[in-house]
Amino acid sequence: MDIKALEKTAAEVRIGIIKAIHNAGSGHPGGSLSAADIVTALYFDEMNVDPENPKMENRDKFILSKGHAGPVQYSALAVKGYYPMEDFMTLRKIGSKFQGHPDMNKVPGIEMSTGSLGQGFSVAGGMAMANKLDNNPGRIYVLLGDGEIQEGIVWEAAMSAAHNSLDNLVGILDYNGLQIDGKNDDVMTVAPVAEKFAAFGWNVIEIDGHDFTQILDAFRKARECKGKPTMIIANTIKGKGVSFMEGEAGWHGKAPDEEQTRQAVAELGGEM
Amino acid sequence: MADKMATRQAYGKALVELGAKKPELVVMDADLSKSTMTAEFGKTYPERFFNMGIAEQNLYGAAAGLALSGKVVCASTFAMFATGRAFEIIRNSIGYTKANVKICATHAGITVGEDGASHQTFEDIALMRTIPGMTVINPSDGVSAKKLLEQAVEMYGPCYVRLGRAAVPVFYDESADITLGRANTIREGKDVTVIATGIMVNEAFIAAEKLAEEGIDVRVIDIHTIKPIDSDAIIKAAEETKAIVTAEEHSIVGGLGSAVAEVVVKSAPVRMAMVGQQDTYGESGKPDQLKEKYGMTSADIINAVKSVLQR
Repeated sequence: MDIKALEKTAAEVRIGIIKAIHNAGSGHPGGSLSAADIVTALYFDEMNVDPENPKMENRDKFILSKGHAGPVQYSALAVKGYYPMEDFMTLRKIGSKFQGHPDMNKVPGIEMSTGSLGQGFSVAGGMAMANKLDNNPGRIYVLLGDGEIQEGIVWEAAMSAAHNSLDNLVGILDYNGLQIDGKNDDVMTVAPVAEKFAAFGWNVIEIDGHDFTQILDAFRKARECKGKPTMIIANTIKGKGVSFMEGEAGWHGKAPDEEQTRQAVAELGGEM
Repeated sequence: MADKMATRQAYGKALVELGAKKPELVVMDADLSKSTMTAEFGKTYPERFFNMGIAEQNLYGAAAGLALSGKVVCASTFAMFATGRAFEIIRNSIGYTKANVKICATHAGITVGEDGASHQTFEDIALMRTIPGMTVINPSDGVSAKKLLEQAVEMYGPCYVRLGRAAVPVFYDESADITLGRANTIREGKDVTVIATGIMVNEAFIAAEKLAEEGIDVRVIDIHTIKPIDSDAIIKAAEETKAIVTAEEHSIVGGLGSAVAEVVVKSAPVRMAMVGQQDTYGESGKPDQLKEKYGMTSADIINAVKSVLQR
């Protein structure tokens, strides 16, 4: 997909996120919007997946380890054609397939149930190990939040992925700098992230997580790297694409009201 | 009852045999492979064995990833760290997803011995049986450990298999019918039923033989599958005998005693007594000394039977 088309698709994904969280009355718009360009690039350019055959053999897999950003994955899967966007508008309602955090046994295209931070990253490592055992060419992509890397299991998994030479595993760190209680480094210092992953034996690539040329280039470089897992440090803006949400920790876990939703959708070039 | 064998030993041997039959079997460990007995599988099938280092959270997270990619995974460490440290990973990444992981945890209970309280878990059965969809298995000897492991590996879904460190008498014949989910009545009796699990089954049998000399006729049931529990066998015992004594090498809070009581109160209320760790921590010592000090021997079962009959 060309860059212009990816940008247009990402806007569609963002509109889905805003509308669904507004309908739900709760959810996590900030971290869903910061990851929207990365997730769009994965589903619409990088990954070998088929919405007609979600369990296709040898497919690539995407694990959303920061499960609270579920809306970005749900919305991208809807735009990709796994299910109609209207279905996703039942997000967080009783009886809905679209749980507050993703459930792999309810929604097609979700490869792992996540929500409890750090676990998706560990599970992704196990999937990459299985693909190595089976000579399966499928690649495993896993998105982490920056606050999430405060979890100890992340570093256990980081050690193991390098030890097992999992060059079929690509981590993407959604580095927007904010978590629920404020700035990462005020809550619990995570910096320097690139040096940390490099020291754990990873191939590290730093990019602007909203620049599709850089995102696609990073995925290509990850594919070319042999013998090591790759961590892409994607510098992002929490709430990206919606002016009043950008860079605001307060939009980590809050739904927009009717007027805010109207404004956000208009800014993204959509209609209510 | 001449031979003695630790259930972990039976586990290690069974894994090597299963490895030949099941190419999808993967075994994982957390730097305890010589103690959990997975090392032999690792030597035989190095490409299907992963030592994950001293990192139990990632052990079970990665096990989930392998299982969700089509592998049957036996992931081992000591029961304390498997069910304690990694509980929430097991709950969310294995239980909730229904991943085909067998949590084969060794060194459970007081018979860990000299390592002491930090390594003696009495909470593991309670923790594992609260997870929806988790099968909980606690074999009583080497023969049943092998048979139950084979069945656990054949069924789809998460299982907890509790194994011990100490060598214990082998009392089942190789030909015994041990079926997952079905209790084994190893001694018929009409006065009292002792429902036991794990190494306490042998203690219960010894207690029953001694009580017979005093004219008390004791039924002994081996509940090797604590979840799903064999309710029929328990209700039958509650209806046909005057009281139930449970016996486990685990806390009396939340373990076999609680599981049996949950069945009994709903269907056939009967007097009960519980033999097990009395809501305390353990300490260092020889397994037999600890069993005696903390009240988990045939003598404790005898006392419980007599007192429950007097109530």
